[in-house]
Amino acid sequence: MSSAAIPEMQQPASLVRRVLLQGKYEALTMLRNGEQLILAVVLPLLALVGLTVTPFLDGMGSSRINVAVPGILALCAMSTAFTGQGIATGFDRRYGVLRFLSTTPLGRGGLIAGKVLSVLAVLCIQVVVVGLAALALGWQPTAAGWLPGLALLALGAAAFTALGLLVAGTVRPEATLAITNLLWILLGAMGGIVIPAERLPAAAQAIVHFLPSGALGESMRAAFLGAP
Amino acid sequence: MVRSPQSPVLSIHGLIKDVGPLSSLDGKMLRVVSGVSLIAERGQVTALLGANGAGKTTTLECAQGLQKRSGGSISLLGQDPATAGAGLRSRVGVMLQDGGLPPSARPLPLLRHIAGLYARPWPLEDLVGRLGIDTFSRTSVRRLSGGQKQRLALAAALIGRPEVLFLDEPSAGLDPQSRQLVFDLIAELRDSGMGIILTTHLMDDAQRLADYVYIIDGGRNVAEGTVQELLQRSPVPDQGGEHVRTLVFEAPAGMDLAAVLDGVEVSEPRAGSYSVTGALTPGTSPHWPNGGKRRASCRPR
Repeated sequence: MSSAAIPEMQQPASLVRRVLLQGKYEALTMLRNGEQLILAVVLPLLALVGLTVTPFLDGMGSSRINVAVPGILALCAMSTAFTGQGIATGFDRRYGVLRFLSTTPLGRGGLIAGKVLSVLAVLCIQVVVVGLAALALGWQPTAAGWLPGLALLALGAAAFTALGLLVAGTVRPEATLAITNLLWILLGAMGGIVIPAERLPAAAQAIVHFLPSGALGESMRAAFLGAP
Repeated sequence: MVRSPQSPVLSIHGLIKDVGPLSSLDGKMLRVVSGVSLIAERGQVTALLGANGAGKTTTLECAQGLQKRSGGSISLLGQDPATAGAGLRSRVGVMLQDGGLPPSARPLPLLRHIAGLYARPWPLEDLVGRLGIDTFSRTSVRRLSGGQKQRLALAAALIGRPEVLFLDEPSAGLDPQSRQLVFDLIAELRDSGMGIILTTHLMDDAQRLADYVYIIDGGRNVAEGTVQELLQRSPVPDQGGEHVRTLVFEAPAGMDLAAVLDGVEVSEPRAGSYSVTGALTPGTSPHWPNGGKRRASCRPR
């Protein structure tokens, strides 16, 4: 056999390289997927514009956009981590991709680490796009808000990734698609993520404080707007 | 063929796998593999031959570390696959029965990505050329034919230049040309020293590829040997309507089947399940004293 002769002993690429490669591969796959891009970027931008031209957030802060942006960033994390990863993983599971990758040097741990990395990479792009659009719309972020804000966003992404993988690992991919999209709409609209709890109907207010969406939305606003 | 006892690439001893609890069994566990043992050597093709549902894939997946075994022992390149790390996985190539390829991926970028997981992968252009993947390297997986997907899955299993290669039903979905291509490559890899373990339900595949065959049925070993040995167990030349076959029957335990069928070898690996090898027609059905029936057959050509 030519160049492909059986080698002495094969070795895996380094752990860091394997995880980086998988993160890059998954992030590019996500960015090439049209539906995912709509969910990750287009809908949050529409929501951002919507909140600046409607009076929902009036009286809550210095300006509508200043109150809106932290919640929109939280929505971005939910899009990518929960709905995006949930759906992608659900179908990867159906097609045996997870099992195949588990037999390569990547392994289960590397696969999950790669997913975390890809979520963070896409989230960075979302923060830049949403941030630039918000600045153009007159957003004035507080400098002190960025550090806790980004840390909270990463934490929220980790929690939502775990929830997305939980759904993907439990039900069929079609059901994952339905559940994660439905929850995205419900939590996005009524879960305290973009619209603060006090502006929601009384019945919703009671449960928002127990939801991950409420926790991320409220803490993001607290970080960027100062304690409520 | 001499089965050298030193350092097999894979040795499985008394493998047991229970699944469940299953609601269809009143919440009881189902034993899908009950005591399979086998040895696979370097530079040989070892085949697990058996009907669908015999436990071949489960045995393979336990050996690959994809499923946890319930009992028995497995040594893959001297390590336990259930606990081994990336070092072992880099030396083992796996082609799953369902491919394991993401439908939206394109062959070349996918293979390039997998190659990056290894320190010294098979040069991509060479592998892609050998398996004829270059003709569809930019077509998304969902648009590929069954044979093209199968060749891509084989390439994905080989890209790390493994010492051990697992192939689950490698000829499934292959047209005659792809089949020749894949079989030639498998023979070449074997000759270069790779240890290859494959499953098939076709005796024809085993006959063309395998150096050593384990016949599995009902989660147990029922026969083993080289293809030659398995065929030579028949006293009748392989011609006419009768061929050398291994048929598996279910019947009341403890029957003297050899007395009912002439010139055959009979074993009863578990009570009530008989493995019969000899010159038989596919429709062979002994006249049981009390109504047994044929359950499955593995049919040599």
